[in-house]
Formats: sequence, structure tokens, C-alpha cells
Amino acid sequence: MSAILSVDRAQKKFGGLVAVNDVSFDVREGELLGLIGPNGSGKTTMLNLISGALRPSAGEIRLKGERISGHAAHHIARQGVARTFQLVRILPSMTAEENVVAGAVFARNRLWGKDAHALAQTLLARVGLEGRADMPVAAMTYIDQKRIELARALASDPRVLLLDEWLAGLNPSELQIGIALIDDLRREGRTIIMVEHVMDAIRTLCDRCVVMNTGTKIAEGDVAEVLSDAEVVRAYLGDDDDA
Amino acid sequence: MTLDQSEVRVGLLGAIAVAALATLPLFSQGYYLSLGVNLMLYAALCTAWTLFSGPTHYISLATAAFFGLGTYTVGLWVDHVPFFVLVLGGGLVAAVLAGLVGAATLRLSGVYFVIFTLGLAELVRQLVSWTQTKVSTRMGLYVFTDFTEVHIYWMLLALTVAVFVTGWLIGRSKLGFAMKIIGNDETVARHVGIDTARAKIILFMISGAFIGIAGAISAPRYAYIEPPSAFNPMISFLVVIMALLGGTKRLWGPLVGVIPFTILFDQVSAQFPNHTPIVMGLAFLAIVYLLPDGVTGRLEQMRARMKRSEKTVGGEKVA
Ligand SMILES: Nc1ncnc2c1ncn2[C@@H]1O[C@H](COP(=O)(O)OP(=O)(O)OP(=O)(O)O)[C@@H](O)[C@H]1O
Ligand SMILES: [Mg+2]
Repeated sequence: MSAILSVDRAQKKFGGLVAVNDVSFDVREGELLGLIGPNGSGKTTMLNLISGALRPSAGEIRLKGERISGHAAHHIARQGVARTFQLVRILPSMTAEENVVAGAVFARNRLWGKDAHALAQTLLARVGLEGRADMPVAAMTYIDQKRIELARALASDPRVLLLDEWLAGLNPSELQIGIALIDDLRREGRTIIMVEHVMDAIRTLCDRCVVMNTGTKIAEGDVAEVLSDAEVVRAYLGDDDDA
Repeated sequence: MTLDQSEVRVGLLGAIAVAALATLPLFSQGYYLSLGVNLMLYAALCTAWTLFSGPTHYISLATAAFFGLGTYTVGLWVDHVPFFVLVLGGGLVAAVLAGLVGAATLRLSGVYFVIFTLGLAELVRQLVSWTQTKVSTRMGLYVFTDFTEVHIYWMLLALTVAVFVTGWLIGRSKLGFAMKIIGNDETVARHVGIDTARAKIILFMISGAFIGIAGAISAPRYAYIEPPSAFNPMISFLVVIMALLGGTKRLWGPLVGVIPFTILFDQVSAQFPNHTPIVMGLAFLAIVYLLPDGVTGRLEQMRARMKRSEKTVGGEKVA
């Protein structure tokens, strides 16, 4: 099986703190990989290393066999890595449509003008924001802003999509919609790494998952097996499992 | 290229305004023409400055360096090379310097950038003075041309138009869109594939080129140019004050600052030549404390507030 993304002994130190410690895993083409672990275990840092927001202190990350670690974020985005952020990041002075167009112009897709706007319209409809294209995003609700962020990431037609707790903060009915949306992306064949605390979502959506604890990978594999693993249970004990 | 209705309207109004301004020399050849040249010069300089500093919020004090390089390009070769080639050359030299400065500093934060550009302007001035004493016995250069104030006025008017057209073209280009995203959230900008440093450097080069061209066009005005006048740091400070006074959110914002301040400054320099620094200091304080977004920014705020109180819907702001 060919890996589209390989993380090879990645490490990130913040001063004396090792936030990601010698983590390795592969993501296969078309796979939805869950990245889970208790608070502060290094999941967001791992995504930051992949997207180029941070440079690894050691180790290597490869996309389709080409090294992307050590390159700038904009370069990695152009190679086909797109992401959403744990704390939602929108472009507040711009309309919903412009926010999504932003994802289509400079990264892998490189659309401009009519094509970019047409794609933005399609994606807005897809994430459930049909007819809201001209709305200023600063006035939108939290879930709608998250939808904007997802549409922006999709606009680049990414090879690998990174979702950092995209389902967090949604109410139960919104959560069902959110899960259905991600499921839809998976069926379409997108490769996704999903950091998530919502265990229901992990169980229904993920093909495999990687578990981190205090910077190290403690388990990897089939979701049901991994979640019953003794070490994983111990790591999560005392941590709230909001599923 | 497609234009929407408001663009056509603005374009027409602009063309009428430019045509009207172009007739100024028919009415006055003396004081008002000279004031007109100053107004046009600072309109061009401040708009060019805002091209870069408006979207990036970096305060550049390198204006005098770009301006002086343009002036010196003309001064050095005016006897050998056609004037219009030198005007373009002045822009090119300034753009190259802007590119170097940008590559060295635009990855730094805003504070370092201000200090660096101020130091740079001084350094360039010293280098030019030093070189001149080495290669020549004179302190300055003579610039003899057939151009009168009228010609300079028209050239600066054309330059101002060119800056506005460029600003409008950038606004609808990918570069303009990239700058808008960077202004909103630089982290997002990088993650959607924008080389943020490169975008800023290109914009700084375009801005610097226009300032260099303004310097080149102004050279015949001086007749005799020396480093202290061509690289006068006062130019940098005046440009910042006028642009910030008008407001840099819109490309035409600085004009609102240029017109009153040039006239005021003209009066002060004529009547109290020793008190110009006080006026500049007071203007700086007034802008920082009373008008942080400039006059146009304040007007826009007031308009937005009026609109909001008219509307009753839409109070659901999310943190
Ligand atoms: N930029 C940074 N500088 C210093 N320390 C950091 C930085 N980013 C993260 N850390 C630290 O690294 C560790 C891992 O943080 P990270 O955000 O990756 O965890 P996480 O698994 O995403 O947690 P959560 O589930 O709460 O989002 C934490 O101890 C955090 O304080
Ligand atoms: Mg996190």
C-alpha cells in the first residue's frame, strides 16, 4: 500500500519541552486517519509540523515521497496540504465567498476570477452555506465560521487535508451534520488526518487511528482495537471523553 | 477587462478632476503654481507610500532614500542620457534598493522595519556624500534642463495618475488579493499558499519605484543638488504625517491629509521657518492621539455607526 504522507521520527522541542517525540506514521491515499490523545499530548503540534507552521527539530515528513519538512508553510500548501485550525481562523474583513476563494488561488488549485468564484459557490453549498456568499464572516456563528474554514481548505483541492478538532464546539444536531459532511469527503476519496476528541466521530469515521500521549505515539491501528488497548485506556483515564 | 458601474463613475470623475487640475498653470504661474507643484509632489509621494504601508501597516521612513536616488540619477547623467530614460532609471534604482531592504527586513516585525528604514536613508545619504568627495571636488551636481515649473507640475500630475491606476490594478490582481488576506491573518495567508515575504517585497519595490520617479522628476527644480537636500529626512517624515493624517485604508485617503498639510506647512515655512519641527511634532501627536485611522478612517467609522443604529437586525456577534 502506498503512503501519500509519511511522518518519519518527527520531533519538536519547545525549549526543554518535547511536544512531539520521535513520532512516525504513514497515511495512505484516500484514508481517514484519526489522531487522538489527551489534552496537551502534541496533536496540534504534529499538524503544525506537517503543515509547515512549525519546523521539526528532527525527523522528516514526506508527501508523495518528497520531503516537505523544513519548507515554508506556503510551499507545503502549494504541494497540496490544507488545514483548518483548532481555534477557528477566518478572514474577518472579507465576505464568505472571498474567504473560500482565498483557498483556491495560491495553493494547489491556482484558480482565479470566474473559476475560483464558481468553485467557492459550489463549496459553500457543500458545507451548508448556500446563499450566504456575500455575508461578512465576522457576523457569522461559530459553526458557520468553521464551515467557511473547511470550504477554504477544500478550495485548494488538497492531497492531504488536516482537520484540527473541526467538530469541537458543535451542538448534537450540528455534530451529526458535521460527521455526515466529513463522511462525504471520505467517500469522495480525500485523504484526511483528523484530530478529534469526539469519540463517536472517531468510531464512525476513521479507518485507522494514531494515539499520542505526552508527545509520543502509544498506539496505532484499527480504531476498535486501539481504543480497547490498555495503555490507551490508561492515558485517557481522568480525561473527559465527550462522546 | 470588465468594469462595474461604480468603477466607470469613479474613472470619469477622476478624468474630469485630472483635466481640471491640468489647467492650473493657465491661471497662475507664480505662487499658486509653486504650491501646486508641492501639492502634486506630496500627492504622488503619499499615495505611492500608501500603496505599500496601507495594506501592510509597516511604516517606512526610507522615502528620502528612494527620492534622493531618483534625484541623483538625473543629476549624474542629465547631460548624457535623455531625461525620460533617467526618470525610469531613477525608479528602477529605487526599486532595486527597496528590494534589497525588503529582503533584509520584511521578515522582521514592524518596529525594526521603521528603525532600519530610517537608518538606511541616513546611510545612503552619507554614502553619496562620501563618494562625491572622493570622485569630485564639488559637493553637488548641476541640473540644467529646459523644464519649467509648469512641466514639472504636469509630470507630477501624470505620475500621481499613474500611481492611482497602478493601485487600482493591484487591487484587482492576485497580489492585491494576497495583501488583503495577509492584512486579515498572516498565518492563514501562508497556509493558503501565499509567499507573504515575497508579496510584501514586490509591493515595497513598486512603491519605492514611484517615489524614485518622483525624485527624478523633481531634480530640475533644484538646479543644484546636494545630498542634504535630495536625501532630506524631512521628506520621509512629511510623507508619513500626511498619509496617516488622511488615512491609509483607501488609496485616496492620503490626499485628504496632503492638501491641508501642504498648505499649512507652506505658510509656516514662509513665516516661521524655524518652527517647522514644532508643527511636525504637534501633527504627529494629534494623529496618534486623535486620529489613529486618519480623517477618512474617522469618517468611515462615523458612517458605519450611523448605519448600525439605523439597522435593528444583526446583533449576533461571535467572539
Ligand atoms: N508554540 C509553542 N511554544 C511552546 N510550547 C508549546 C507551543 N505549542 C504547544 N506547546 C506545548 O506543547 C504541548 C503539546 O501541545 P499541543 O497543542 O500540540 O497539544 P494537543 O494535543 O493539540 O492538545 P489539545 O487537545 O488541548 O488541543 C503542550 O504542553 C503545549 O503547552
Ligand atoms: Mg490541539
